[in-house]
Amino acid sequence: MSAIVQFENVGLRYGLDSETLSDVSFTLAGGGFYFLTGASGAGKTSLLKLLYLAQRPSRGVIRLFGEDVVTLPRKRLPGFRRRIGVVFQDFRLVPHLSAYDNIALPLRVSGMEESEIDAPVTEMLNWVGLGDRGQARPATLSGGEQQRVAIARAVIGRPEILVADEPTGNVDADMARRLMTLFEALNRLGTTIVVATHDLPLIAQVSGAQMMRLDKGRLADPTGSLRYPPRQQGSE
Amino acid sequence: MASRADRRAAAAARHRLLPGGRVAGPMLWIIAIMMFLTVLAAAAGLGLGAAVQSMSADLAGRASVQVVEANPQQRDQLAARALTALRGADGVQAAAAVDPALLADQIRPWLGEEATSGDLPLPALIDVTLTPGDADAKVARLRRLLGSLSPALRIEPHAAFLLPLAGLLSALGWLAAGVVLLMTLATGAVVVLAARGAHDSHRGTIEVLHLMGSTDVQIARLFQRRIGLDAMLGSALGFAFAAFVILLIGLRLSATGSELLGAVSLPPFSWAVLALLPVAGVILATLAARWTVLRALGRAL
Repeated sequence: MSAIVQFENVGLRYGLDSETLSDVSFTLAGGGFYFLTGASGAGKTSLLKLLYLAQRPSRGVIRLFGEDVVTLPRKRLPGFRRRIGVVFQDFRLVPHLSAYDNIALPLRVSGMEESEIDAPVTEMLNWVGLGDRGQARPATLSGGEQQRVAIARAVIGRPEILVADEPTGNVDADMARRLMTLFEALNRLGTTIVVATHDLPLIAQVSGAQMMRLDKGRLADPTGSLRYPPRQQGSE
Repeated sequence: MASRADRRAAAAARHRLLPGGRVAGPMLWIIAIMMFLTVLAAAAGLGLGAAVQSMSADLAGRASVQVVEANPQQRDQLAARALTALRGADGVQAAAAVDPALLADQIRPWLGEEATSGDLPLPALIDVTLTPGDADAKVARLRRLLGSLSPALRIEPHAAFLLPLAGLLSALGWLAAGVVLLMTLATGAVVVLAARGAHDSHRGTIEVLHLMGSTDVQIARLFQRRIGLDAMLGSALGFAFAAFVILLIGLRLSATGSELLGAVSLPPFSWAVLALLPVAGVILATLAARWTVLRALGRAL
């Protein structure tokens, strides 16, 4: 499998503070399943932000899909973002849109015809168990339901990379298992999955997944039985 | 190719993305007021311009010859000679003596019945209509001609009498044009502020759209459509009310019976210019909204 994400000596600094991420280097192979773990404040969310192009690094090189995205002109970023699905830690559902419209958003952004949107959105709503809540606004949904809408929105465009920040933080153990099953299914279809979590038992459920651990903004040594660092390009 | 139902559904989906009906609430009414004032100012400018043009065209080709002679017999003889000379002169289209009775009627309100008693020597007057073009040179030639006949003959171009008034009307016309320009700038500024406000209040939605791969142009379109719609409704309202007021003022001016006020009119061309103002307003608002939102989006990653 070829490398889909490459970080080389990446550093991230907010303002004049000390670096949130320092000398981060790793390679993710296309089609892999990766967990990013670490204590709160270790820099997981910052690393994911770099990954889903919400932030540019202060230094270093990031390559996505084989292209250097640090020096990429701003107008080319949307094309890359459409290839990445994101489940935000705080869901970021659009509050005045229904669950249906929130899930349909990536399809509309990509310019899909309205007549072609209904079937995949309805299927996705059923898939996350919200078939009867399509017209509900986020404020009327429980935390778990909102999270499922956020996940459905992230995966409906069949992204090449799915980035999820603590996706099981607000759901019960049963739903967490179902979500992981969903992520594995997507992974089998070829989507590269990157999940930030500090839920170690959850990590153990996914066979073949690899783990990166962040410690104070740096990639740390592996823990447990999961392999570290991720498999390098051509190591398969 | 998307079907009509598809386009309607897409438009409805876009509409849902920016909630709360109008983007900036009172913007429709602000634009309506701006457009109302702009159309009134433009109508004033165009009306005054038309009046100045009409006065200039009317007055530039006319002059009065006064026969300032106290002796009535000599005055009549001199007037007859002057009239004959004028009718034969180059550049004179027509020349006619003003009826002394009419002259007496016109000065009676100021001088009373004595004006017609014969004790007060009144000059004889000859109305001269010049052929079109270069009135100043023709008047100068006629002045020389009349001077050769008698020093009691004086020619005065009508334009000279009303030159200050024409200047005032012209200045008022330019002032109105300035007001139109300022209103245009103010409308643009209002739209910029409204677009900035709308952008700020929808920052969360915009961020999500950006991260899903929306382009700046896609997002800007959402705002420009909504603001363009507000501008369209506001402009239509403002124009309709201004047109009503202009028609009302036109009726009042006509009712005065004044030749001078009657010259302040709006020909069809002027109405066409006024009708273009709302269109220009909508285009201005849409472009200002697009520019503002694109500029704000350009500051984000």
